[in-house]
Amino acid sequence: MRQMRRSQHSENRLLELFQAYLLNHAHGLFSSLGRLNRAPFTSSMTVLVLAIAIALASSFYIVVANIQQMTGNLESSNQMSLFLHDNITDAAGQKMAEQLQQNPSVAAVKFITKKQALEEFKANSGFSDALNALERNPLPSVIQVMPKNALENNEDIEKLMADFKQLPQVDFVQVDMQWVARLQTIMLIASRGVTLVSLLLGFAVTFITGNTIRLELQNRQDEVFISKLVGATHSFIQRPFLYTGFWLGFIAGFLGWLIVTIMLLILESPVEKLSTLYSSSFELLFLSFSEFILLLMISSLLAVLGSWAVLHYQLRQLKPH
Amino acid sequence: MLKFEHVSKRYPDAGEALTDVSFHLQRGEIAFLTGRSGAGKSTLLKLIAMMEQCTRGTVTFDGQDISRISERKIPYVRRNLGLIFQDYKLLHDRTVFDNVALPLVVSGYHPQEVARRVRASLDKVGLLGKERKHPLALSGGEQQRVGIARAIVNKPKLILADEPTGNLDPELSAEVMYMFEQFKQVGVTVLIATHDLELVTHLGHRVLTLDKGHMIAS
Repeated sequence: MRQMRRSQHSENRLLELFQAYLLNHAHGLFSSLGRLNRAPFTSSMTVLVLAIAIALASSFYIVVANIQQMTGNLESSNQMSLFLHDNITDAAGQKMAEQLQQNPSVAAVKFITKKQALEEFKANSGFSDALNALERNPLPSVIQVMPKNALENNEDIEKLMADFKQLPQVDFVQVDMQWVARLQTIMLIASRGVTLVSLLLGFAVTFITGNTIRLELQNRQDEVFISKLVGATHSFIQRPFLYTGFWLGFIAGFLGWLIVTIMLLILESPVEKLSTLYSSSFELLFLSFSEFILLLMISSLLAVLGSWAVLHYQLRQLKPH
Repeated sequence: MLKFEHVSKRYPDAGEALTDVSFHLQRGEIAFLTGRSGAGKSTLLKLIAMMEQCTRGTVTFDGQDISRISERKIPYVRRNLGLIFQDYKLLHDRTVFDNVALPLVVSGYHPQEVARRVRASLDKVGLLGKERKHPLALSGGEQQRVGIARAIVNKPKLILADEPTGNLDPELSAEVMYMFEQFKQVGVTVLIATHDLELVTHLGHRVLTLDKGHMIAS
């Protein structure tokens, strides 16, 4: 009976310790926020600098995401158009298309007669009245060739192109989507550039927070000294400072998001106007909810990391141990 | 309880501050540590508080060798020490309650237990009812008593006092000394560094005297 009571007692003690631990964390979380609030000028300067760094990185990111959205719709393919000489009849063209189909490097062919080409052009270009005025069809017939997927290699494409050029019926050959491939390569470079710049800005966030925490630690040296002498562990002393770092990062992340969103809102209507001029259905991409959450998490994490690194080093420097 | 065995402390640029110091304090003993300034009193206290490490010899506290203790263990040993400073070392941006509560909060006590013990401690030094005040709103004697309340709130085994009466008038000093006598009653060891020789001779406790780093009387 007594033993049972004793074990229950120690269980209660453990629960109390755990409760006290949680309360200490909660206290750290809120008191650090209160502390930031009590030095509004210093805090807001730091938070703004952090927010600008975060906004820069996210705006680069969203610009690239928007351009990628625009070019992503364009399918990258090596489709070739073989423009035939004017004197080739539809029947001869059709026959030639069937022959090309036999070529092992070719996946699919499509023959477009002069007449079909004209219809298509009339429908899409808006020049139908002008075209109607013409006496004869100026457009050549075309064979569209889709090479096999295996021909990713540029040299193979060039070789196939040269082969087609040799054909007597062919006037000239054009690889339709080469510019898309180029654009997509440029975008790849751009997005890699954004990653690098974001990394740099991430370092900036880490260092700025670290430095702010270092100053804060200096301001509160007495408190750290006394806490150490009454038996505080490093992790106990660290805790409120880490929460301060967390809040700096968190608030800066939110502000950074706000800045980017406001910039996008300012850009939205001119982009929309441009889009209608190109009769395109392009819509400006904003940061999604999950990207927003990710942004908050990354900025808080970087700030905590910066604070931790500084505290880890500085607390061991401060006498007494 | 506290044992120094052939302890020396050398500072790289200031030379030897303590040379071959040995003494032993029993549980519930009160002792004065005297000597001129620069005799090594502060160094000796710093070795006990683990703010410095001795160069030679061993310091044993409560059966544990604290002269070669790892940094990680220091906080837990310090929780058995009560430190009292000449300049009180109170946090001015916190209330009396929060100042006294600090050692308990640091050790992870539940708020209810903290409140109970802080009140008991403040009651012992006669400051019950001033919990909500800030230290700067109190007199010097009251501030020192807040410091004492903070030192005893964790029920330490050893109290170290560095010139506790240095800034107090004789009447307040006597009061503080009376408090120390009471701690002795409950088995707490007290070591008081002072150069107030009148106080020392008047009370008739054990006296450890340092001179140029040597212990000339214990």
